[in-house]
Amino acid sequence: MSSSVKALPAGLKDAEKGSSLWADAYVRLKKNKLAMLGGIIVISILITCFVIAPILSWIGFDGNEQDLANKFSGPSTKNLLGTDQLGRDLLMRVLQGGQISLLVAIMATMLTVTIGVIYGGIAGYVGGRIGNAMMRIVDGLLAMPFLIIVILFREVISGQVDEIARFLIDDWGWNDNDVLRFANLIPLTFAIAGFGWLSMGRIVRSSAASLAQQEFVEAARSLGLSHRRILFRHILPNMLGPIIIYATLTIPSFILYEATLSYIGLGIEPPNSSWGKLIQEGANYLETNITVLAVPAVLFSLTLFAFNFLGDGLRDALDPKASKD
Amino acid sequence: MLRIILSRLLQTLVVVFLLVTFTFFAIRMMPGNPFADVKALTEENKAAMERLYGLDKPLHIQYANYWKNVLLEGDFGDSFSMKGRKVSTLISESFPISLKLGLFSLILAMSLGIPLGIIAALFHNKWQDYTAMIIAMAGICIVTFVLGPIFQLSFAKPLSWLNVAGWSRPSDVILPAITLCFGVAAYLARLTRGGMLDVLSQDYIRSAKAKGVSQLNIITKHALRPALVPAVTFLGPAFAAIITGSFVVESIFLIPGMGQYFVLGIQNQDYTLVLGLVLFYGILMGIANLMSDLALIFMDPKLRNS
Amino acid sequence: MIRIIPLLATTTLAFVSCERRSDIEIANEENILIVGNSNEPKGLDPHLVSGVLESNIIRALFEGLVVDHPSKDSDSVDGVAFKDQIEHSEDFTEWTFYLNPEAKWSDGVTVTAHDFVFSYKRLLSPDPNWPAKYAEMLYFLKNGEAYHRSKLGHILCGNDPNFPLVWETLKEANFEGDSKIKPQKFKNKKFSELNEQELKKFSPYLTGEDTPDFDELNSKGSDLEALSTANKKVLFNSIGLDKLNRKQLLHLKDNLSLIKWSDNITTEVKQLVIARILSHHDSGKPKLWDKAQVGVSAINDSTLRLKLRGPTPYLLEVAKHYTWYPVPKHIILKHGEINTAYSSPWTKPENIISNGPFKLKSWRTNHLLEVERNPHYWDAEEVKLDGIRYLPIRNYYTETRMFGDEQLHLTYTVPSELIPLAKEKYAAELRQESYIGTRYLRVNTLNSPFDNPKVRRAFALAIDQKSICEKILQGGQEPASGIVPPFGDYKPPGLIKFDPEKAKALLQESGYASTSSFPDIDLLTTNSDSGLREAEALQAMWQKHLGIKVRIQQREWSTYLQNQYDFNYDIAVAGWIGDYLDPTTFLELWVTDGGNNNTAWSSKTFEDLLRKAEKTSDITTRMSILSEAEETMMNDIPVLPIYWYTTNYLIRPEVKNWNPLLLNNHPFKFIEIDKN
Repeated sequence: MSSSVKALPAGLKDAEKGSSLWADAYVRLKKNKLAMLGGIIVISILITCFVIAPILSWIGFDGNEQDLANKFSGPSTKNLLGTDQLGRDLLMRVLQGGQISLLVAIMATMLTVTIGVIYGGIAGYVGGRIGNAMMRIVDGLLAMPFLIIVILFREVISGQVDEIARFLIDDWGWNDNDVLRFANLIPLTFAIAGFGWLSMGRIVRSSAASLAQQEFVEAARSLGLSHRRILFRHILPNMLGPIIIYATLTIPSFILYEATLSYIGLGIEPPNSSWGKLIQEGANYLETNITVLAVPAVLFSLTLFAFNFLGDGLRDALDPKASKD
Repeated sequence: MLRIILSRLLQTLVVVFLLVTFTFFAIRMMPGNPFADVKALTEENKAAMERLYGLDKPLHIQYANYWKNVLLEGDFGDSFSMKGRKVSTLISESFPISLKLGLFSLILAMSLGIPLGIIAALFHNKWQDYTAMIIAMAGICIVTFVLGPIFQLSFAKPLSWLNVAGWSRPSDVILPAITLCFGVAAYLARLTRGGMLDVLSQDYIRSAKAKGVSQLNIITKHALRPALVPAVTFLGPAFAAIITGSFVVESIFLIPGMGQYFVLGIQNQDYTLVLGLVLFYGILMGIANLMSDLALIFMDPKLRNS
Repeated sequence: MIRIIPLLATTTLAFVSCERRSDIEIANEENILIVGNSNEPKGLDPHLVSGVLESNIIRALFEGLVVDHPSKDSDSVDGVAFKDQIEHSEDFTEWTFYLNPEAKWSDGVTVTAHDFVFSYKRLLSPDPNWPAKYAEMLYFLKNGEAYHRSKLGHILCGNDPNFPLVWETLKEANFEGDSKIKPQKFKNKKFSELNEQELKKFSPYLTGEDTPDFDELNSKGSDLEALSTANKKVLFNSIGLDKLNRKQLLHLKDNLSLIKWSDNITTEVKQLVIARILSHHDSGKPKLWDKAQVGVSAINDSTLRLKLRGPTPYLLEVAKHYTWYPVPKHIILKHGEINTAYSSPWTKPENIISNGPFKLKSWRTNHLLEVERNPHYWDAEEVKLDGIRYLPIRNYYTETRMFGDEQLHLTYTVPSELIPLAKEKYAAELRQESYIGTRYLRVNTLNSPFDNPKVRRAFALAIDQKSICEKILQGGQEPASGIVPPFGDYKPPGLIKFDPEKAKALLQESGYASTSSFPDIDLLTTNSDSGLREAEALQAMWQKHLGIKVRIQQREWSTYLQNQYDFNYDIAVAGWIGDYLDPTTFLELWVTDGGNNNTAWSSKTFEDLLRKAEKTSDITTRMSILSEAEETMMNDIPVLPIYWYTTNYLIRPEVKNWNPLLLNNHPFKFIEIDKN
């Protein structure tokens, strides 16, 4: 819906000029109730996992302490959601699992965005045969079975990561618990990002390519601006829209990949646990205690919903041509 | 037309080649070794096994031998972990099962997703639209490994003729296919809705309406074909996604399909099995994409020139 | 497009209304037993497999000299041999079996004593390309070990009544080599830098001035001219007389001191030994089997004579194990040679022939393996079942669900979390029976802090075994006081039990100033849920009682195993299920450099006791010697026992004759489905 250009009466400088892309987008976004709901849920979950959970654990709730006498118990003052199969506090387990799932997905997404933007930006801007060739490579790689490659990649990387972790712990004296916890995430994150960047690269490339053909770029070139300047100050800011949209939509699919891999046992390793692993364990206990499955499953699905709705909403808001209005 | 087919085939071959090469080297870099077992493997035993399977030869010779066997004799080698079984046998036994499951899912997904998308488009922005899209989103977000156990509990247990897991009778395909179809159905619904909305806003639809053509005729005769283009474009990758994503469903419902071999192959470091599967999948997806392209052309003649 | 939906609905309904009976109902009618078998079998060659699930199938397909008694543990019934006609010498070293002339292979060919000779020869093959993992089961046969490990000295000199010395006096000579002094183990080290413990390893072979140079050894190992005397001593003694090649033997002939010999044997005898081994090489290494005179021979087609290495009153127990089963000579030779291992061509479904109550019907990988009645089986009338279907169900929770859904007769196990539920819902179908096996922690005694026995003991005593059994496993398991579970005549020394106070005290005595100065410890376990829960429980216990936090390393199965073989672990959860009903099946694991030892622990006292027991024919004396051996081992405590196994499984009421057996190897020929 393009706002028709109004003739401005003289003197009304601060009257409604054409508002910026972002302001327009925000207005549209606000109207989309599902997307706003999604946004709120996303923020709540992020806060719960990354702010509230650490506070809770500082207070004394511990997701790792076992109480074998107290398995599968119901909600109580000590365990707000009850306990799991080893008597651990379910709430903390799920929140800690969320930390991992979200962390992996967000880190992988950031990596994906970085690589994708660089690769796609260059491909789109340079264009021509080089750009095409770069895209052919991407297309080719995209045809590979993603999950299988991720699994292989991850196995291979984890061997190397183990060595580096050992080195950091033994030779540099870093705290072993933290290093290991973190180190465990690296293979999976890199493996997922290592192939996830392909789609991002495609999107960025088409965006960059269409931008590169715009007149303002020609104008900038004729003014003698360097390629770098054009890329960073003119093209990149204009690509932010699609990048943000796609990043928001990438996060849930990465959460899903990680969960699928953890489900079949080729994802996160202990001491970490993620929603995927929790769901896999919980599925075994369907008959004994359904809470152990239900809590992570619901939270997991809710997060996916939220991110997807938000992303959809952003896409509708930021890119009116693609909208269905 | 011919050009498209040839270029697709060429692309597939290149991809398969790269894929197999990558896998060949990647799998050898995994920690552990393919021959560990409960009873200890002495140095001699391990060396003996390696000799038997040709792993003592230099890497490039192994690589060359592999291609030689595959291309000249169609021999994908013997599986390391399943003694006495050829990889080609394992694939030929399990693929029909995965295929059956996949096709069933796909048909279900189309029967579910496309009508849903059409309804959503027709009642755009009304409650039917919202509901349909939430249902579609649910399909994406309530994943197979959550849905599967729920189905097992809700349907298989109470209904004695529906098995909880396994593949011993025809009805065993139902629950897994339903579990698997939701994700794809969801995407199909969204794509169909988008495509339909696009088409419905076109001028020629408006003129048809003005001419008094009935709603039903507009949908079926004029709008449907072009509207389905995005959905059909997706079918190729969708089919591939179903076949690869099915390993979760196969492990939940204990279906002896191809998906399980991937996980097993990697867990057991069964080099030949994983390579064979990767090769097969690569070709399969190339064909799926080709079919998808051809279907597109059939549906929208405008694309014939591109 | 819209018309597809009703079409789909009707097709589905058509599918769905087809079969309303459960899988079990159909199978009962067909007289087929459906069994959960935990995973895909790795093969069907009795000589090349080593897992319990494979043995479940092999037991149905093949039959040995005797068969497990369906209800009594240390008893057996007729197999290929007539049980009541079995003869043995008074000291239990010589046994004669008379074979049933009606015993046939599934292709109608008679099973003969020659099949047994062929089978034992096959399993014991010293061929380095032969990947048999259980050849040690045949070491009971005289000279079996010598043949299998190519102990040339033993074979060529020991069997000859004309040899100028009794073999016993020659035994101190270094025939077998010494892997502890292998030059590769000392890469980049200088002899002068070795510590006391390492130096001790070389002392039997070197004299005072000898100073080996490892660098030279590792780089010039095969060039005899270039090496110094000291180096040659190390080289030759690491290889051993049995395995020296021709060139080395010729060199040795002129330099007898390069190898360690027994005391008091003359130069003449030394030369004689070398000459014998040389002649074996010179004549193109002809068939060792004939020279070895392994203690198995076919007197005629239906008489088998066994000569054993020592008194073995429990031989029939051992003979029940599948490694003692015959394999079809005529079929194996049809599809390859005696030791063709690659792909085991004779076990392919289209080729395989067996002599048991069943024969292979179909094998669909990852789906099911089905066997059907063998009409040529000598006792076919007694066999009640018409077939068995083995389902490789890996997920035990799903297996229990499938049982509840009437899809199988018998599960492989019941996961511990479902045991309380099973007790409620399937009280009549649940069985909890003793199973001869031990769950323990294997300790790498090379890595500190576990090189200190006090630390090991502290860790052992800090395990609240009862809690694990009752709260986590809930399967009726018993805390283990040692490595050998109690059964029959054996009295375990019972040294280990939960004692947190003592554990703490031991830790303090061990000399570690505080728990923070403790090196990092990794607890290795498998990828499974149950493995994780046990590991987490252990982790919590050690934290609580010793204040030490170990790290859990979950590894995928083959990596988990490999890490232990490579000594790439600190402490690992492990288990062992007995192969036959005798303590030696647990104790023999821990001999020096044993393939399943992997703790670097070794004790001469322990091994001497085992050898002594080997020679004792009196059952009571023997048992007490073995108990003493276990006590010796448990005093050093290279492994930390946790609990003794039980087996928990679900079985439908119509399955009859499935009785509790310690070895859990139920003979399928007696199983019946009672349709009433």
